[in-house]
Amino acid sequence: MSATTKTPTVPEARTTSRAAQLLGDRRLPVLVTAALFLAMYITGLSRYQNYGFGEPQVFLNLFIDNGYLLVAAVGATFVIMSGGIDLSVGSVIGFTTMFTAWLVERQGLPLLLVVPIALGVGAFGGFLMGYVIHNFEIQPFIVTLAGLFLFRGLCLVISKESISISDSTVSSMAQTRVSLGLGELSIGAIVALVVLAAAFYVLHYTRFGRRVYAIGGNEQSALLMGLPLGGTKIAVYTMSGFCSALAGLLFMLYIQSGDPLHAVGMELDAIAAVVIGGTLLTGGSGYVLGTLFGVLVLGLIKSIIQFEGTLSSWWTKIATGVLLCAFILIQRAMTARKQT
Amino acid sequence: MSTPSTAATSRWRALTHHNLFWPVAVLVALLLVNVPFTPDFFAIRMTDGHLYGSLVSIVLFGSPLILVAVGMTLVIATGGIDLSVGAVVAITGALTCSYISDQADQNALSKVFLAMGIGLVAAVVCGLWNGFLVARMGIQPIIATLIIMVAGRGVAQLISDGQIITINSEPYKLIGGGYWLTLPFSIFVVAGVVAVTVALTRRTALGLLVESVGGNAEASRLVGIRSRRIKIMVYVFCALCAGIAGLMISSNTSAADGNNAGLWIELDAILAVVIGGTSLLGGRFSIGGTVVGALVIQTLTTTIYTIGVPTQTNLVFKAAVVIVVCLLQSPKFRAKVFGAKGPKGLRRAAAPAPATPDADAAPKMEVSR
Repeated sequence: MSATTKTPTVPEARTTSRAAQLLGDRRLPVLVTAALFLAMYITGLSRYQNYGFGEPQVFLNLFIDNGYLLVAAVGATFVIMSGGIDLSVGSVIGFTTMFTAWLVERQGLPLLLVVPIALGVGAFGGFLMGYVIHNFEIQPFIVTLAGLFLFRGLCLVISKESISISDSTVSSMAQTRVSLGLGELSIGAIVALVVLAAAFYVLHYTRFGRRVYAIGGNEQSALLMGLPLGGTKIAVYTMSGFCSALAGLLFMLYIQSGDPLHAVGMELDAIAAVVIGGTLLTGGSGYVLGTLFGVLVLGLIKSIIQFEGTLSSWWTKIATGVLLCAFILIQRAMTARKQT
Repeated sequence: MSTPSTAATSRWRALTHHNLFWPVAVLVALLLVNVPFTPDFFAIRMTDGHLYGSLVSIVLFGSPLILVAVGMTLVIATGGIDLSVGAVVAITGALTCSYISDQADQNALSKVFLAMGIGLVAAVVCGLWNGFLVARMGIQPIIATLIIMVAGRGVAQLISDGQIITINSEPYKLIGGGYWLTLPFSIFVVAGVVAVTVALTRRTALGLLVESVGGNAEASRLVGIRSRRIKIMVYVFCALCAGIAGLMISSNTSAADGNNAGLWIELDAILAVVIGGTSLLGGRFSIGGTVVGALVIQTLTTTIYTIGVPTQTNLVFKAAVVIVVCLLQSPKFRAKVFGAKGPKGLRRAAAPAPATPDADAAPKMEVSR
């Protein structure tokens, strides 16, 4: 049982191609991503050794600067693993920053009360989308697209201008650093790591995780096996909504303001991280740890561009696109050619 | 007595079950909403030899969206989707404007045509790349086109060096902001593209082939349709439409903004296609529906401006429209909501209407399994 838990099962048809046999098992994409991360890191070391790239803090900063993306990407991993897609991630993040900023600054609510409300709203949004997707059989793509519009619109309804947060609890939390000996981590980074660990446990060691894999692998078979299809699907979208709201809170902590244009397009970063992390976009195969590497690779691109100084920010987008393309092609080579 | 009334009801039924009925009804309703707020909403006046009026400006501002949506319709008809159109709009605009801005004489007609050619060739290359990934490599369309969606804006910014390129070219201004025969020139461009598309898809077998590929690509290939070639073709066509829209947008503002040109247009275009009654599952399409759908979206935006609702609620309205339209198209939703109220009348009405886009969606999925 533990052996199957470690290598998620996928319908045979997907993996029996010659290319798949040549390339070995399903863990390969994750290993490729990890190797890529290592190679990029070593390149960075050799290029910017004199600028302090080798400091452990530079590595830890990857977690501090990308904690929110990691949380959002973990949520997206579940959705993609189940064969769906969630386009509302960026909007929910933006909405959460705006909503919490508004509650804390304009309404004077204590942060302790605001956090559960924000998480609840995000999770409820995800639940609604999951409910519509499952019960009315509308494609996830279009339902979450409506979610994207809705949450971005609600951002703007709250306020057109950004709300900066001067609350003392928020700023002290944002500045808190936990020392790890070699360097320090922010609260946001620690929360992100906890979420990652929880997701790892849930996906690989619980019944719910197996169901997500099964549904992503083949929905029809999962249904015939008697798995609770609707419940699992709705739970996956609820979880994604929750993760997005949590990512929004971390982003709010990181940036200390709410803005209607925060995190525009971040769903694409999250999806890119998941894909680069080796999760099959058709669902049913992948690892949460791959998503971690995906986020780290994206983060490292940003820090290398910062260290390079002369490179402009748009290279981030181009590099992300090229990496995305490379990993999609690797995935494709690993799966059978089912159709034209 | 009974015969004429049955004839009337059947005619009414035929009308309400026409696939353009609901989109047109929504459009008309939206237009009428404006009348209490702006009494002369439908008035069109002549100033300086140009026609002005709300209706003209709806079509004018909606032109890029109509173009992109028409291209998107064919892609969706093959069961695909193209998320990269916004990026293609940005790339085309950036390339064309940067070429024009480099010229000593920005009004030289030959240079303007060359610049437009460069932009459109770039768009076609993007389309070929998407088509290659989808048809040759067999990658899911939503993912294959995600690559250009992410990287394309970076490329557009790279071309324009992160700046907004402004140009001052009279001939180029014509496409998006000029007038011809008293009407905005872009309306003629849109009309031309739509006419050519309709002629190609409905007067030749091409439309049927596209629908066949969308219904079942493998079966189409087996009966001798070159389904890969058709798929590549629709992606190229979609990118070309997006390219023309990119020319129009950059021409209208006389500037290319790599960051914001065509932002979210892919989502609006998909929305227009869905409102127009084309099922996202593929296998059937309606160009007319898409045009009406795009006009609905543009009218919605205009209406929000004219009735004085704060513009920031625009997105919330759009979200509501998406949800309502999708729910109405969902057979399960209709069965649950309307089925419970009046099962007899509706079931009988629904049965002989296989022409509705969603009715044929279910059998299609079974075939592909």
